[in-house]
Amino acid sequence: MILTDRTVSLTTGSIMTAETVESIVDETRTIIEDPSYPMARRWLEEHPGGKVLGHFQVYFPEELAHAAGVLPIKVAGFDTALPIRKADAHLAAFVCSIARSALELVMSGTFDLLDMFVFPPICDVARHSCAVWARNFEDVDCQIIYLPHNAASPAAVPYLTGEYRRILREIEEVASTRVSDEALRRSIEVFNENRRLLRELYRIKRETPWNLSAVEAYILTRAAGVMDRERHNDILRRALAAIEQRDAKPQDRIKVVFSGGFCEQPPLDLISVLQDACYIVDDDFMVGLRWILEDVAADGDPLEALADAYLNRSDYSPVQHDPRKPKEDMLLRKIEAAGAEAAIIAAAKMCEPGLEEQVGYSQRLYDKGIPHLVMEFEEKSNTFEQTRMEVETFAESLLFEFA
Amino acid sequence: MTSPTKHERRIVIRPPLSLAGTTRDENRTLIRDWWADLNSAEDEGRPVANVFVMGSMAEILRNFDMPIAFPEMTSLQTAVRGRSLEYITTAEDAGYSPDICGYVKADVGVHLQGGDHPMGHLPKPSLVVATNLCNTYIKWGEIWERMYECPVFVFDIPGWRGSGFETKRGSGTFRDDVRYVEAQIHELIALSEEVTGKRFDIDRFRETLSSVNELSRLFQEVLELNQHRPAPFNALTEGINLMGIVNAYRGSPKGTHFLETAKAEFEERIANGVGAVPDERFRLLLVGTACYSNFRDFAGLFEDWQGVFAHSDYMSFAGGALDRGIVYDLDRPIESMAEQMVLSTQEAMGGMFWGQDWLTEVVREWDVDGIVFHGVKSCRTVSTGLPDEREWLLRHRDIPGLFIQSDLVDPRLWSEAQLKNRIDAFFESLESRRAAGARR
Ligand code: SF4
Ligand code: SF4
Repeated sequence: MILTDRTVSLTTGSIMTAETVESIVDETRTIIEDPSYPMARRWLEEHPGGKVLGHFQVYFPEELAHAAGVLPIKVAGFDTALPIRKADAHLAAFVCSIARSALELVMSGTFDLLDMFVFPPICDVARHSCAVWARNFEDVDCQIIYLPHNAASPAAVPYLTGEYRRILREIEEVASTRVSDEALRRSIEVFNENRRLLRELYRIKRETPWNLSAVEAYILTRAAGVMDRERHNDILRRALAAIEQRDAKPQDRIKVVFSGGFCEQPPLDLISVLQDACYIVDDDFMVGLRWILEDVAADGDPLEALADAYLNRSDYSPVQHDPRKPKEDMLLRKIEAAGAEAAIIAAAKMCEPGLEEQVGYSQRLYDKGIPHLVMEFEEKSNTFEQTRMEVETFAESLLFEFA
Repeated sequence: MTSPTKHERRIVIRPPLSLAGTTRDENRTLIRDWWADLNSAEDEGRPVANVFVMGSMAEILRNFDMPIAFPEMTSLQTAVRGRSLEYITTAEDAGYSPDICGYVKADVGVHLQGGDHPMGHLPKPSLVVATNLCNTYIKWGEIWERMYECPVFVFDIPGWRGSGFETKRGSGTFRDDVRYVEAQIHELIALSEEVTGKRFDIDRFRETLSSVNELSRLFQEVLELNQHRPAPFNALTEGINLMGIVNAYRGSPKGTHFLETAKAEFEERIANGVGAVPDERFRLLLVGTACYSNFRDFAGLFEDWQGVFAHSDYMSFAGGALDRGIVYDLDRPIESMAEQMVLSTQEAMGGMFWGQDWLTEVVREWDVDGIVFHGVKSCRTVSTGLPDEREWLLRHRDIPGLFIQSDLVDPRLWSEAQLKNRIDAFFESLESRRAAGARR
């Protein structure tokens, strides 16, 4: 990708008074849509000899990499920008698209910067993928970070603290460095700031969705995964300042919560089609970036603080079983907190956990009389006319009902 | 040899064997008894636990006299009885996607039809224990949780960690993993006490562990018998019966007795030169699972070429690590169980994802000609990376492999003509390899 002048200025972090949300979003979009990860390349130019750690959806404690001076990059899949040519031969036919595009990214040489890659054990496709990667990319340290599945167990925090320590040792080895508790605390601060800014972005989306479209919020959020977090914090600060200047008029649209974007992502054009018909006031797009709901304690043992936050101060998703967070109840709470009238219950094609969850969500919403649209998506789809019709009909029928 | 026509019948004259059929008969009795126990538990209001083959926790649950239902087995049985599609479509009508595990849907279908199963009545679970060895176990457990409001205990065993990972006793990671697992054993005991109102009895627990030690030793011996040429049993067709019993009767003397029966029958076959497949010509290793909705046809496609499955990774991962040699230390039972669970899970699950070393060893020890990788749409847990593994083994170890796809239980995904073409071509290539080897 050729970096435009505007992108360069955007990424210097200086606050430009005349900036509009549109200009910031446009430039950020160019970055997130480029599978060669231009901002990671730039970071490497600025940090000669630096190391890059990629991680798969959903959650990874990026603070561990950051504290070691390693750039964490979130691999969240790609739409048609990354044609699948090589990966298909390595995976069974009935595997979701994100597993293919993640593999293709490296096999095709599009993203050739990785020194380490980490999969969480979210599903069996992800666990298998780790082995496929390890067999094919011998120069990349491929790991599974075993985030606890028995999240409510009193033994989960000490266990996870140990697992974080193990991963930190791997990172230290890759980066030939040692990480102090102080460095970890400083990184926690950077990410706390990032989470605060993202919470603010989502507050705006919930409360005044006419001032921030779903696509804009999505682009601004997703950018966290493709650049260093200090830079992303700057972008968010500037975007929030620009959003404050907006004073759009609310339109007659229903408010919905979108569920199903925890791992594979719907194409931007699909989100755009949805937002044409309704306000998406809350969602689980890229939920890992917002998984931790409060600031992580910056005192005490930083690894334990991160483990505790992951388990005890966190969101919910179909790939974590936690009896303290019954998923349908969590969804209902989300709908209520966002003042939504309806929900879109989506799942990525071939995504076992997402598709199974869909049934439970849909049944509960049905029981509660909450209107909802059930749909499937694929990151690679490029025609949305059918979805447009469905969502328009859905939204119109509700507008009529709520009128 | 030219491509055989469908399941050609060949007249085979075998010496009369006194133990012929004993394993099959005992298998039938035990499965019938297992069903009877599930049904009477329900009638008498006794709690039943739903568990899974990879990490059933039978060692603990037996202590509470809780009958254990294995929904994977009962789903498989719907397929073998030719009824799976009816249950699957019932589940799909209720909103479950065509793209999820068919075992889950077959089971959901049975429950939605009031529990009526071709072999009995499926009881409602009072407790679910789902390990993370398959992530779908957890989602499946959540379905019953919604249906019956029963507790779902997710038993989490940290598994294989990636590049260069080895389970090292004494390492910090091993200690952390064991501590976490040991804590969960205590949690599960407390929950089982709550569900059943019974107290945990450590001496009885020791007896169960000792029985599993015995089961594991026998199971290894039975598997090793198949290193013999001709292989006395087919790991595909007879393997499935062995797996059913070692799961349903894990920790019970009936399980060990059954393996003794099987072992005696297979030894008798060896002594008389009788192979599972008459005139064995090819020795195969199955990676993945079979197609149970079309089980006879699936097996026939290989038997037609006089190919026998000498081993399968199914007999490893679906045996709750029995093949890896479980040795519980009865002097420190709980701690030892935690250690063994971590060790065996990391080996067995590692073998499933990172299987190339184990497969190479089996090819050598069981004298295998080629590997059949069968990807099933239902099960991403066993299937996702198979094409890659096949390619790696061919490239790095010169082990020929065939990758085919269908399903476990969904007959709509069975395409016999297509499979036959690929399988025939594979056997032809094995023949050419053999001829080339002979010329060298
Ligand atoms: S989309 Fe679903 S199946 Fe695919 S990697 Fe993500 S969680 Fe796993
Ligand atoms: S995904 Fe595979 S291992 Fe898991 S429940 Fe289904 S068939 Fe069993």
